Amino acid sequence: MGSQGGWGQSKEFLDLVKSIGEARSKAEEDRIILREIDTLKRRIAEPDVPRRKMKEYLIRLVYVEMLGHDASFGYIHAVKMTHDDSLLLKRTGYLAVTLFLNEDHDLIILIVNTIQKDLRSDNYLIVCAALTAVCKLINEETIPAVLPQVVELLGHSKEAVRKKAVLALHRFYQRAPNSVSHLISNFRKRLCDNDPGVMGATLCPLFDLIKEDINSYKDLVVSFVSILKQVAERRLPKTYDYHQMPAPFIQIKLLKILALLGSGDKQASGHMYTILGDIFRKSEPSSNIGNAVLYECICCVSSIFPNPKLLEAAVEATSRFLKSDSHNLKYMGIDALGRLIKINPDIAEEHQLAVIDCLEDPDDTLKRKTFELLYKMTKSSNVEVIVDRMIDYMRSINDNHYKTEIASRCVELAEQFAPSNQWFIQTMNKVFEHAGDLVNVRVAHNLMRLIAEGFGEDDEGADSQLRSSAVDSYLCILGEPKLPSVFLQVICWVLGEYGTTDGKYSASYIIGKLCDVAEAHSTDDTVKAYTISAIMKICAFEIAVGRKVELLPECQSLIDELSASHSTDLQQRAYELQALLGLDSQAVESVMPSDASCEDIEIDKNLSFLDSFVNQSMEKGARPYIPENERSGMFNIGNFRSQYQHEASSHSLRFEAYELPKPSPPPTIPQVVLPLPTTDLVPVPEQTYPRETHHAPNLPSATDASSVDFGVKLRLEGVQRKWGRPTYSSPSASSSSSTQKTANGATHLDGRTVSSQTRDNFYDSRKQQAEVSAEKQKLAASLFGASTAKSEKRQLPTHKTPKGVPTTAEKPAVKGAISSSEPPKEKTVPSSPPPDLLDLGEPTPASTPSIDPFKQLEGLLGPTSAPSAIDHSSAAGPKTPDLMALYTDTPPAAVSSGSLNPELADIYTVNKNSHGTTNVAAMNKGQNRQDSLQKDATARQVGVTPTENNPSLFRDLLG
Amino acid sequence: MAIRFILLVNKQGQTRLAQYYEYLTLEERRALEGEIVRKCLARTEQQCSFVEHRNYKIVYRRYASLFFLVGVDNDENELAILEFIHLVVETMDRHFRNVCELDIMFHLETAHFMLEEMVMNGCIVETSKTNILTPIQLMDKAS
Repeated sequence: MGSQGGWGQSKEFLDLVKSIGEARSKAEEDRIILREIDTLKRRIAEPDVPRRKMKEYLIRLVYVEMLGHDASFGYIHAVKMTHDDSLLLKRTGYLAVTLFLNEDHDLIILIVNTIQKDLRSDNYLIVCAALTAVCKLINEETIPAVLPQVVELLGHSKEAVRKKAVLALHRFYQRAPNSVSHLISNFRKRLCDNDPGVMGATLCPLFDLIKEDINSYKDLVVSFVSILKQVAERRLPKTYDYHQMPAPFIQIKLLKILALLGSGDKQASGHMYTILGDIFRKSEPSSNIGNAVLYECICCVSSIFPNPKLLEAAVEATSRFLKSDSHNLKYMGIDALGRLIKINPDIAEEHQLAVIDCLEDPDDTLKRKTFELLYKMTKSSNVEVIVDRMIDYMRSINDNHYKTEIASRCVELAEQFAPSNQWFIQTMNKVFEHAGDLVNVRVAHNLMRLIAEGFGEDDEGADSQLRSSAVDSYLCILGEPKLPSVFLQVICWVLGEYGTTDGKYSASYIIGKLCDVAEAHSTDDTVKAYTISAIMKICAFEIAVGRKVELLPECQSLIDELSASHSTDLQQRAYELQALLGLDSQAVESVMPSDASCEDIEIDKNLSFLDSFVNQSMEKGARPYIPENERSGMFNIGNFRSQYQHEASSHSLRFEAYELPKPSPPPTIPQVVLPLPTTDLVPVPEQTYPRETHHAPNLPSATDASSVDFGVKLRLEGVQRKWGRPTYSSPSASSSSSTQKTANGATHLDGRTVSSQTRDNFYDSRKQQAEVSAEKQKLAASLFGASTAKSEKRQLPTHKTPKGVPTTAEKPAVKGAISSSEPPKEKTVPSSPPPDLLDLGEPTPASTPSIDPFKQLEGLLGPTSAPSAIDHSSAAGPKTPDLMALYTDTPPAAVSSGSLNPELADIYTVNKNSHGTTNVAAMNKGQNRQDSLQKDATARQVGVTPTENNPSLFRDLLG
Repeated sequence: MAIRFILLVNKQGQTRLAQYYEYLTLEERRALEGEIVRKCLARTEQQCSFVEHRNYKIVYRRYASLFFLVGVDNDENELAILEFIHLVVETMDRHFRNVCELDIMFHLETAHFMLEEMVMNGCIVETSKTNILTPIQLMDKAS
């Protein structure tokens, strides 16, 4: 150490740091800091504070803010310190300013001038300090003040300055992309900078730019690949090495960029295959950093156009991660698996037990990551297990942020894959119960609609069964103490519509329950509105069938209470209910038809039924209505006048509505009109009948819902329907593949009966805590068992038992497939264009770019003589078979030069990885290995299963 | 932007260095630090070095009494960030020789300068220890 209490630090400062360090509680720390604030306020204001002393004060101020107290009284001194001539003091000043102020602070304007001056300094360290400050302090408005200087500094002779200038430009781009849009080409230029530090820093802005606009940077693919190759071959200075890995952070950034550029682009991806293969082979699985690069490689491979050989390497690395004891690696493995199953869902099968271990791990981080994976691999065959697990977990956590996320995922999965309506409703109940206030209101509306519309098939029996089961479950749930408001609204609505439909419950029973709800949630107006409307519906249904409604005392008191409510909405509902009770059955039936919530409400947007009224008024001298868009084009005065008139007419409209049976034409939205007939209803029942025929379908929704709910019904039209019949699901919106979609539709009906069975199985298995592995296996089977689309078509009774079988039975087949794909992977190595030729600057037809931006870089990076000599030999003999022959004749030679010649290294390491399998195989198959491999490949393309070849291959190896 | 903040916190939960790459008010910082420090300090050695918090992911590593916490976006390579922390520690170690909590406390500005060289705009921009330390050493010499 020895640096403690170095020169220049006063005893005061040392004491402060010591006392902070020794503070044993936050309160004590706060006391120290408050005392310090007092001291600083006094000291800092003293005249002629020595500059060094002031620097120390600034650092003490940094401490004050770092420990959570306000140090704004000293900001101005930090600003002043940036004017200092001494580099150290200046930089400390800049540091303090960047820590204290955000870029929109008023004081920044005082610094811009200093920054401009410092950017012109002869001392490059001062320029660097200013550029660092630029990155943090310059906002959109001040960019133009420094932009020209920053651009000029891109060509500075010191690499440190160039690097920081690039980053300042990057910052401007982050802050205001338009301000530097004309300077984007500078980033491309700096990518070819002689200095690897500048090049490495330039990758950051380029990554951002490429993320925004991939297609404009496709031409750089070859350059990025070439840089990555050189980095991987240790051409960068040794100082970039980290734990024996050559510049791993630059490699990772490059891999991220390549993943973007290669995504869905076969041609671009083609350039990357070789180098990605190299990195996989060179990876060091023993070190963390090696695994970090490996993980990034997996991400890249799963993002670009798939290559079987690379995928296989990625799967292998992933399985190593998953099998590791380290939680960190498991975590990375789960993430990698989630990426790989997008390409091939079967990959997950092999790792099912590892996944389940992670799911059951007490470590929350790992668990969440695993849920993310499960979410990605959900389909109709495993949705029940997965959603059940998610809900269990959702119950156990308090973190609202994550609870919301997992609840919305549950809903999404349930809507997309639900095997039956009952299951869907039960699942929604659970979600609402435990996270009701966190889920989107839309979810509640969807649920109501589902119950109202049922299957959407002509099976009325099933629909009513669904409804009565919903009613049953809701009546049960109502007993629970704390239910979220949204959920209560759903319950009230369903009870109102269907509570008495099947005759199981009496009207007074349901009404009693509803009154309880209203009483228990006396502060929630929305819930109360739902309850009173539900009561009204039940009364209406009773009256319509000729039964007499005897209001319970608690119901009567509820009506009385609401009639006097502050909320006009509640008042109106209460009065409507009272009025309805006085009507005869015929009237009630037309006002409140039973089960009519699904009837389409026809909205006459043109308000044609008012035409006669309009004509009448015009005849009497009223001015014609001017549509709003035409009005806006008028002059100010005219505009004002028409606005005034419009206002006046809307006022008159309102008064008229209460006096006349017919409303006057409202010039705005039809929603205003719709509630009006209901108000008519109350005072003049006789008159309404003829007119109500026109409005009858409107009434149920107009009365059973406030204006908010009104929107509900309407809003649903735009909502995509994923759940239910396959025709409803839209192919584009879901993340699942199309095959899963159809399978979902196919198993839809079957699933309904099977659902409870599999669930029982699951719970049974959970009871047997003793047999842990068996239980896990079962869970695995239910999660992964039916991972292939075809297995979903199985009949239900056999659904359970065979699940475990295919997983074990399929493993050898998978292995076979893996080993069978090895030979062609080797074949691809020589056929890809040797990118090394680029390094030599020799224009070859294989490498596309005519201008090599790396010639410059080449000259300056590392020793190039030795590799280039060997590269030359490979370049001289572009016929790869020759090279191969050379290799098979003299393997040791290849070993020695392997590290230098990447081409040879390729071949060598491949063989090493496969334990010489192919080597032996080649000898058995004939002298010309290349030929036999080609035959293999063509046979496979034709469709011959190669499994027969491979066992012998293994036998050769083992025997 | 990948890195949102870098925090150094000791095992009592006291902040020893804080660098944010996006603006948060003093109250927000205080709340955030309190929450994540509580979360991370409660974890065992065997558990993942990554913790999700709101929309951040925290990657952390413990060195003796000091925790290094880095808040990153969700699509960041966590393992790489974990190693980046170690690179920061190695760099500090090279400068201070056997760095300890008190070194950072007594030379807070120097520790900040190092981070300024390594991370800008929320990106890792320099990983060569020589390049990181040269300007700092030159500055020390000059003053």
